[in-house]
Amino acid sequence: MDAITKLTGPVLVLEQENIDTDQIIPARFLTATDFDGIGDHLFADWRLDSNGEPKPGHVLNEARARRSPILVGGHNFGCGSSREHAPHALLGFGFRVVISSQIADIFRSNSQNVGLLPVVLEADQHATLMQMDGEEITVDLEQCEVIARTAYGPEHRWPFSIDPFARHCLLRGLHRFEFLDQAEEAIVAFEENR
Amino acid sequence: MPAPESLFDKLWGSHLVQAQSESTPAIIYIDLHLVHEVTSPQGFDLLREKGIGVRRPERTLATLDHSTPTLAPDADGKRPYYTKQAQRQVQTLRDNCREFGIELHDWDSPYRGIVHVMGPEMGATQPGMTIVCGDSHTSTHGAFGALAFGIGTTEVGHVLAKQCLLQNKPKSMRINVNGRLAEGVTAKDLALNIIRHLGMNGGTGFVIEYAGEAVRSLDMEGRMTLCNLTIEAGARAGMIAPDETTINYLRGKARVPEGGAFELAAAQWLQLASDPGATFDSEITLEASTMRPAITYGTDPGMSIDIGDTVPLANTVSHQKALQYMGFEGGQQMSERNVDVVFIGSCTNGRISDLRAAAKVLRGRSIASHVRMLVVPGSESVRRQAESEGLHETFNAAGAEWRLPGCSMCLAMNGDLVAAGETAVSTSNRNFEGRQGSGSRTLLASPETAAASAVMGRVASVSDLETREVC
Repeated sequence: MDAITKLTGPVLVLEQENIDTDQIIPARFLTATDFDGIGDHLFADWRLDSNGEPKPGHVLNEARARRSPILVGGHNFGCGSSREHAPHALLGFGFRVVISSQIADIFRSNSQNVGLLPVVLEADQHATLMQMDGEEITVDLEQCEVIARTAYGPEHRWPFSIDPFARHCLLRGLHRFEFLDQAEEAIVAFEENR
Repeated sequence: MPAPESLFDKLWGSHLVQAQSESTPAIIYIDLHLVHEVTSPQGFDLLREKGIGVRRPERTLATLDHSTPTLAPDADGKRPYYTKQAQRQVQTLRDNCREFGIELHDWDSPYRGIVHVMGPEMGATQPGMTIVCGDSHTSTHGAFGALAFGIGTTEVGHVLAKQCLLQNKPKSMRINVNGRLAEGVTAKDLALNIIRHLGMNGGTGFVIEYAGEAVRSLDMEGRMTLCNLTIEAGARAGMIAPDETTINYLRGKARVPEGGAFELAAAQWLQLASDPGATFDSEITLEASTMRPAITYGTDPGMSIDIGDTVPLANTVSHQKALQYMGFEGGQQMSERNVDVVFIGSCTNGRISDLRAAAKVLRGRSIASHVRMLVVPGSESVRRQAESEGLHETFNAAGAEWRLPGCSMCLAMNGDLVAAGETAVSTSNRNFEGRQGSGSRTLLASPETAAASAVMGRVASVSDLETREVC
């Protein structure tokens, strides 16, 4: 898992609310037994036609899409199925950060487990960001802050909160399993005392 | 006096291996890990990478459900897998279960079925347990007074390796549903009404306990339907305190203790109910008697109306997009909607009571000539029971297809598809864009409504059907 500390890059905005994991990665792409190449199927039904060719005009097919490390989605991003294929597909496509005003529980923990940073902003901050498609922002996990500079407006510095342990692991690229592994004594004690 | 605890507090506390700190999550112990072919392969890879085995194979139970064909094998015994990759995925689970000593319910098992149908039927799902699976509808098992929720594949690996999970304690919500559901209003309708009330994200961050007379009055299968759909309001887990209904369901099941040991366990299970005075981070109360059979019109499960109502006018861009995708106009009568496909099945409504309810509507009737209808039992046990009651003959006689158990058309990854532009009335759990196949349009409803709609060839409740026949 690659560490993520501070990242600056253009945002790609998907205005739709309630973007569910079936949109992010449709079920027919879940039969693989690894996650290799899954990014090619990201939002397949939105951006590809029935022959698998890119639909002209879809924002995800613009050249900039794969160069945008930060995805901003409408409220309640990642709802639905528990498929970890969803954050893997976003990572595989080139995203490192997903920002919304609400992120679904299972998707959030899956993202943290695989190295995709989920950021939840206040509604008004999120609304401002939704108007900044293509503009460059900075997401600073050290400071837990999103820094957005608009060409004509003020500089925004928006603090966000994140589970401290998830932050610790993402900053260092650590797998959460190592922490669990170190708790072996406590697990054995629990099993013996039941 | 110890502080009063909720059912959820008790389950959480009794499985705490290591408490949450300011900088680290809690470690909780998992009593039952259910496994299927889709979300497990990369979890097993963790074991190989670490050179370790499954910590508690006896607490791990696997089945084949998502990628499996529901059509019978050919004369050579060859099963019609949708893709070679699907077949490989099934073989991968088979190989993993053999390598790591896990009980797998393969094609030859009399129990094989959808993971959330099979667990309860076997009595593997029991009150007081923590239960996880790489599947968001794991919330189903909360119907037994268990803490049950879906996890991702990384966490599947964690549970295989350590039988534990890292978790922050979620917030708690109690939903009280007072009064009784009217005749003809089902657990599915109750769930759709609750999700409509909460919105598809109203439960995010919460574990929900369902309480009140309407919930207590549900049988176990209805309770499973209700808890199953908890994730559709954004909450990972839903639960109902064990009572006599729970205990009567479990008595005699394959995996529960026998005789005196069962009665002892049952007495303990009854102690799990939330104490009087237990507090919740959120509590809401709804009235059951005013609820009516519901059906969804949009692209999330919160977008539902009573069947006799008109489709609401769009008030947001997302709402408008949903109506456009579904081919609805705001103000349109729901009952005018033509139906192409009807699907009865899934971990939400693929149990014997669901099939009985659908068969009751179809008995002596035929589905409309333009409708294609699939009836897919949730498990081999359900299939056996249904066939012993002759339900399959009712379905076949009405013009429906009686299939083999599996997830089937709920998520359409096994080739059971709704074509682009077609409208399906489905007893499953998600009406997301393309859920039942690219471009498919899903209306979620109860088995009764689905069967009535199949007969009428358009959206209809059972009472619509009966009214028409009287006229």
